[in-house]
Amino acid sequence: MNYIIEGRTGPWEIVVGLEVHAQVISQSKLFSGAAATFGAPPNTQVSFVDAAFPGMLPVINRDCVAQAVRTGLGLNAKINLVSRFDRKNYFYADLPSGYQISQFEYPIVGTGVINIELADGTTKQIGITRLHLEQDAGKSLHDQHPTKTFIDLNRSGVALMEIVSEPDIRSPEEAGAYVRKLRSILRYLGTCDGNMEEGSLRADVNVSVRKTGESYRTRCEIKNVNSIRFVMQAVEVEALRQIEVWESGGTVNQETRLFDPNRSETRSMRSKEDAHDYRYFPDPDLLPVVLDADWVKALRESLPELPDAKKARFMRDYGLSSYNATVLVGERATAEFFETVAYKRDGKTAANWVTGDLFAALNRAGLGIEASPLTAEHLGGLLDLIADNTINGKIAKDVFSAMMDTGKSAAAIVDEKGLRQVTDSSAIDAAVKKILIANPSQVAAYKTGQEKMFGFFVGQVMKAMEGKGNPALVNAALRKGLSG
Amino acid sequence: MMFSDLSLIAARDGLRRRDFTAEELCLEHLQSIEELNPRLNAYITVSHSQALAQARAADTALTRGEAGPLAGIPLAIKDLFCTQGIRTTAASKILGPFVPPFESTVTANLLRDGAVFLGKTNLDEFAMGSSNLTSAYGPVENPWKRRQDPDAVLVPGGSSGGSATAVAARLAMGGTGTDTGGSIRQPASFCGIVGMKPTYGRCSRWGVVAFASSLDHPGPFGRTVADTALLLQSMAGFDPKDSTSADRAVPDFTVACTRSLKGLRIGIPREYRVDGMPEEIELLWQRGIAWLRDAGAEIVDVSLPHTKYGLAAYYVIAPAEASSNLARYDGVRFGLRTNGDDLRDLYERTRSAGFGTEVKRRIFIGTYVLSAGYYDAYYLRAQKVRTLILRDFTKVFEQVDALLTPTAPSAAFGIAEKTDDPVTMYLNDVFTVNADLAGIPGLSVPAGLDADGLPLGLQVLGRPFDEETVFAIGAAIERAASFTALPSLRAGATA
Repeated sequence: MNYIIEGRTGPWEIVVGLEVHAQVISQSKLFSGAAATFGAPPNTQVSFVDAAFPGMLPVINRDCVAQAVRTGLGLNAKINLVSRFDRKNYFYADLPSGYQISQFEYPIVGTGVINIELADGTTKQIGITRLHLEQDAGKSLHDQHPTKTFIDLNRSGVALMEIVSEPDIRSPEEAGAYVRKLRSILRYLGTCDGNMEEGSLRADVNVSVRKTGESYRTRCEIKNVNSIRFVMQAVEVEALRQIEVWESGGTVNQETRLFDPNRSETRSMRSKEDAHDYRYFPDPDLLPVVLDADWVKALRESLPELPDAKKARFMRDYGLSSYNATVLVGERATAEFFETVAYKRDGKTAANWVTGDLFAALNRAGLGIEASPLTAEHLGGLLDLIADNTINGKIAKDVFSAMMDTGKSAAAIVDEKGLRQVTDSSAIDAAVKKILIANPSQVAAYKTGQEKMFGFFVGQVMKAMEGKGNPALVNAALRKGLSG
Repeated sequence: MMFSDLSLIAARDGLRRRDFTAEELCLEHLQSIEELNPRLNAYITVSHSQALAQARAADTALTRGEAGPLAGIPLAIKDLFCTQGIRTTAASKILGPFVPPFESTVTANLLRDGAVFLGKTNLDEFAMGSSNLTSAYGPVENPWKRRQDPDAVLVPGGSSGGSATAVAARLAMGGTGTDTGGSIRQPASFCGIVGMKPTYGRCSRWGVVAFASSLDHPGPFGRTVADTALLLQSMAGFDPKDSTSADRAVPDFTVACTRSLKGLRIGIPREYRVDGMPEEIELLWQRGIAWLRDAGAEIVDVSLPHTKYGLAAYYVIAPAEASSNLARYDGVRFGLRTNGDDLRDLYERTRSAGFGTEVKRRIFIGTYVLSAGYYDAYYLRAQKVRTLILRDFTKVFEQVDALLTPTAPSAAFGIAEKTDDPVTMYLNDVFTVNADLAGIPGLSVPAGLDADGLPLGLQVLGRPFDEETVFAIGAAIERAASFTALPSLRAGATA
């Protein structure tokens, strides 16, 4: 399905490539022993290395390398057994050493691929160009003082993975789906928490437009977009801006731009002419990173099942639709919740409850699945009570609500409220008899052929039985009573 | 006689016998520093009270029989090593009042072994120079004088000129230096003492203010080869905080000094015979060759064909790394700050005021050779040359066990003689720089005097991590040369 923007001069296609910066989950920083956790008071997680004191030297954190390799493996990418760290030189107050240690020429991970799922049920492959490790800079706080800038170096030296896509993305939807899928993979792997609000995942969005069949036109880079919604909006408004420029006879200049979500527009930050000359060169304080093939193999073997494989298995083993499977594997916690509910039960029913009632209830409560008051075991218990006719489907909805409110098990709620389904035929017969006697005109109408009246009687009987009548037995008793 | 006339090893033995105390030894040195340093300017900072405290601690350890190998030995520390609680300047104004909150690995090793730090010695600013003239704290005066012209002030060489002067003038029994292009060996030669640049990775760079990371080699100065070996013994060792540190055992270097040269093959590289080199240096070299032959070594003429490209490659690579290493001196977190209208202005004012001319020159060169469009032509090409130079050495060490060359193309020169043209100054490093590019060990040992009565050194180069052979050859030269001349400016000398 092609996303096309109709301009004054004809249809335009958009071309997008993303550079995602993902903060590595690790105990300590990429080249120092300082803690790498988020949210500590300013400048409390800073070693002399992070503050670039004279004579301080970086030492690579093995765990960060392992995280990058795991991520590479999760992206079906080539792992480069030899890679190198380079210095990217520029002056800024929150960059203490005056250079960022990054990987320029020889990244640790080469080409890979991500499959994204689109709303129309199709999937598309997006190429990964590379993944490299680099240090984050500190943070400049401009809002603490009227004339001064404050510097927090807690983030200085924290490990980032820069994950670069091929320019394979063709619509805002695809851009959103790409970031969502990448985030999902990173979370499955436990290599990045994917929290865009806290800045542990941020995207630089490269956008250009072209007429069908053309080669690439000039692109602009939109820096540091920090939500999936903004990524999609930025792609769209930037594409529209560029089309307007081209169609007015102008030329799009290569530049770095900022997305302003309040005004839904991008603004120029700096042009190519003002671009830094970063003077990359190999960092002489560090040796090349040489990976042992067996170590990489061991990492590969220890990877968890990733979303694509899980989705295929859910479809195969539980008979789920592609849509339901996609929704369930998006988050590892959701998939695990589902599998607990579905264990030795009907998979489709489990999937319907999780993606239907549960998601709706969690949504209303503003909760993630990890915080669900209703546990997977309890939801499974509810399904068991339906399956063995202890309760009927209608009562089940009420039990479900009570479970969400109280966190109690289905059996406990059913017992407490006396919701056990009535299967005693004499009780049902008595209720049926009462209703038929109380509604002679409706009985007469039914008997003259108004078949639809049957539903009225079911409703009345159920109401009289406080909803606890077994629907099949109620139906049978009514048919018998009405035919008498 | 003064204690300071003793060799380091003799002083160590005297301290162990309790012939005298570490405190006495320290006080005598502090006294000599007080008398001579105002003229020589070897020390930027004298750490009087810390030195005495360290000496007293050494005395306690010596009394208890718990003394480390260097207990009570007073040393001069190049002011490029960060010393906890003692101001560290790198001889630059930009570090301002910086007092490191940590101790460099090399100096921590020396302290662990009981050494006493008399103070921090002068150097070329950020170790960039071969004369000690670029120091923001003024030049150092070489304690040696020309016989015919005793009033002329000569340079001690550089960049480790302060340490070399302190050791030569008996203002310390040994010292530390760093050698990036010759900064230990050339001043050792100019000051008539021994200087050792070990293999790259042998001594940790952690806590040493960086000049050019891939070329910076910490190493020792001593008045004898064995003293120098004992110091290196303490300074060396694997350091997990330095990724380029070598995880190798440190052999016993002092034992190596007594090894016989029988069966060794020593190469004489023909490319080290350069135009314009004084004849007496050539003669000294020949004498050295004869000494080694007499000591049982076989002398082999060898070739290192890429030698002449080394200096040019060095003056691309070292400034490139320096331009990046020195970016951290920005006035934001420590050292000098000159406030400006905005961040950029602060940078410009701070760095303009804080760096001297030579440092600025090298930052410019380094920035230029790394910039887009020039990287391949300069930096990358220089790295290729570096590879060829290393290959020259690797090949030649298949034939021979070590090499013998002069250390420097001249004796110490006058303070105003070479300052106009930086390139002339750079030529001082012509014999030393390639060992830095290749990372191989090199020793300068005093071997004679020139016609003016100034000391000249011979250089021994060895295979990577074979400092032992280098020390053995250096010790043999020392024995044969019986170099007993003394500088005229020294502790205890009646000037």
